[in-house]
Amino acid sequence: MKTPQLTFFAIFMIALVALGQSAPKADNDLPPGSPQLIQPEELVKTIQSTSGPKPVLLYVGPHLFYAQAHIPGAEYMGPTAKPEGMDKLRVRAKSLPHDGLVVIYCGCCPWDHCPNIRPAYHELEKMGFTKLRVLYLANSFGTNWVDKGYSVAKGD
Amino acid sequence: MRKLGLIIAALAVAFGIFAVVRQRHARTGTLTISITDKQALAPLAPELLLTDLSGKTFSTSSLKGKVVVVNFWAAWCTPCTEEVPTFIGLQQKYQSQGLQTIGISIDDADGDLRDFYRRLRMNYPVVAGSQKVAEEYGGILGLPTTFIIGRDGRIQKKLTGSTDFAVLEKEVVAQLAASFL
Repeated sequence: MKTPQLTFFAIFMIALVALGQSAPKADNDLPPGSPQLIQPEELVKTIQSTSGPKPVLLYVGPHLFYAQAHIPGAEYMGPTAKPEGMDKLRVRAKSLPHDGLVVIYCGCCPWDHCPNIRPAYHELEKMGFTKLRVLYLANSFGTNWVDKGYSVAKGD
Repeated sequence: MRKLGLIIAALAVAFGIFAVVRQRHARTGTLTISITDKQALAPLAPELLLTDLSGKTFSTSSLKGKVVVVNFWAAWCTPCTEEVPTFIGLQQKYQSQGLQTIGISIDDADGDLRDFYRRLRMNYPVVAGSQKVAEEYGGILGLPTTFIIGRDGRIQKKLTGSTDFAVLEKEVVAQLAASFL
């Protein structure tokens, strides 16, 4: 192999490795079964429980879904894949006790592809929330919450 | 003798019933209606006035007689965008048989949506969705969500989550084959 070809091959391999490392790892980040996740039925029990503190529920998806149906008491932050949503989440999070139970959820699209939930989780984790849980909605809020018959509220 | 009379009477009644059933069946056959009970009971799709990205306004009621695939999607939703080339292919394949696909985008920035539409050379109308449109379809609480509407204007199938195109195409073909007069 000639030297220019070798150089090109080496650059190509380095670029390939670098790309592999910088590519989003949605499937490996918060995979189903992670301890940070909370299942819908577990959250329902926590909300309905008469003992213990109630979780702060933060919704980090699009407004159009929230307006149609959301978990009663959940606060609208907006899609955290967008700067406006992330800013709103940061501001709200600052006013919350960092050792309290906070549950974030989205459910805009299938779990592995949700563009909002991971940025929101990592931001709150970075801010030092110690009891932070993420509602696991495998398919969507519609399929894994509304269709299961769990209670919802409408509007803003 | 009396017994024979009873047998003849019973045979006459049976023949009569057979003739009536046969006649009804033949009448239905001339109308070429092949509506199953399930299809007839399916809910009617909402009649909406929609404006696509080119500014063209159309009524969904004008699509009666066609098989309509309504895909709720978004340019920010990875599984949705991955599906768009397949929807483009299906529209191309079945357009001449009466398929009309409509994309309804959810929460997209106008620029992002138009850019995606142009880049992918989408061959079906795309409309910016609203809460009203979502609620008219019974509530859209996750993407992608796709409806298959038969030629009679009834919602024959709803697919939620990443689309199983084998299921979708099979249903589209079945609906295209069904004729409603």
